Amino acid sequence: MNMNNAIFYILVMAVVTYLIRVLPLTIIRKEIKNVFIRSFLYYVPYVTLAVMVFPAILDATASPWSALVGFIVAILFAYRGASLVSVALLASFSVFVVELFLY
Amino acid sequence: MKTKIGEWKSGIKNGIPIAMGYFAVSFTFGILAKQAGLNPFEAVLMSVTNLTSAGQFAGLTLIASAAAIVEIAVTQLIINSRYFLMSFALSQKIDPNTPVFHRLIMAYGITDEVFGVSIAVPGKLSPYYAYGLMSVAVPGWALGTLFGVISGNILPPRMISALSIALFGMLLAVIIPPAKGNKILTGLIVISMVLSLVFAELQILQSISSGVKIIILTILIAGIAAVVFPVKEHTHEYE
Repeated sequence: MNMNNAIFYILVMAVVTYLIRVLPLTIIRKEIKNVFIRSFLYYVPYVTLAVMVFPAILDATASPWSALVGFIVAILFAYRGASLVSVALLASFSVFVVELFLY
Repeated sequence: MKTKIGEWKSGIKNGIPIAMGYFAVSFTFGILAKQAGLNPFEAVLMSVTNLTSAGQFAGLTLIASAAAIVEIAVTQLIINSRYFLMSFALSQKIDPNTPVFHRLIMAYGITDEVFGVSIAVPGKLSPYYAYGLMSVAVPGWALGTLFGVISGNILPPRMISALSIALFGMLLAVIIPPAKGNKILTGLIVISMVLSLVFAELQILQSISSGVKIIILTILIAGIAAVVFPVKEHTHEYE
């Protein structure tokens, strides 16, 4: 990895992300009336994060089977309203336990 | 009416749970950053300057695959576009006379969790309350990253394998609770995952990088959903 190249990537990411955060707060004072834009932005995180999680999650651990169990555990506890940290740790713990049996 | 110091202190108090959660999640991010080839300085720099889990996670993938700079910028724009709405909601939550320099600093700290706690404050949001949240949440995020990058070397593979799923678990914990009892959101999440799987498995589409896949599927699915199921009420929850 070329160090300067990585830092350049990181700074571009930071500038883009900051611009998204700063523009509405500093410039837009009126409510967005366009229902399509508002609806689109409302749905974006659900679609984007779902696309990012699956099927990539199956490659995250040492075995697709432990990952599948972790995936199911995360869904169940997230559905029951467990906190972000709880869901993250319980998914990790379930992967750990499954891999104890697999290897 | 609280003093500026008082607002700042109550922000710190409510920011402590956020900081603890961030430490756990960014610890995993640090491990992934190391796997992606970043050194500790680069990983912490990314965490401090970006302050966003999903965007940084996607950024790692793109950096590791040496993606085009335009692709990485557009991906951040797509993934982090939710901050645009949060920033908009916060612009209605603060006093209209809030000076620009406060707005510039507050904008840096807009994350899902900081936004959630900030918008729940009764009445107008004081910039100093937001600074209180940020002054523990940001160090939590940065320190977790640092420890993750460093200890990624010494933790056993079994432990790394288990922790590697933590961030995915967290992302699921972000999208699933609002989808509970909401057929539209549930359907969208399922459709998104299925199409994501199709993109990953179909040979014709395998040359498409993960960043472009995220962009295409998001514009397609969220765009169609916005036409078919326009949202008219959800901004009221911010009021």
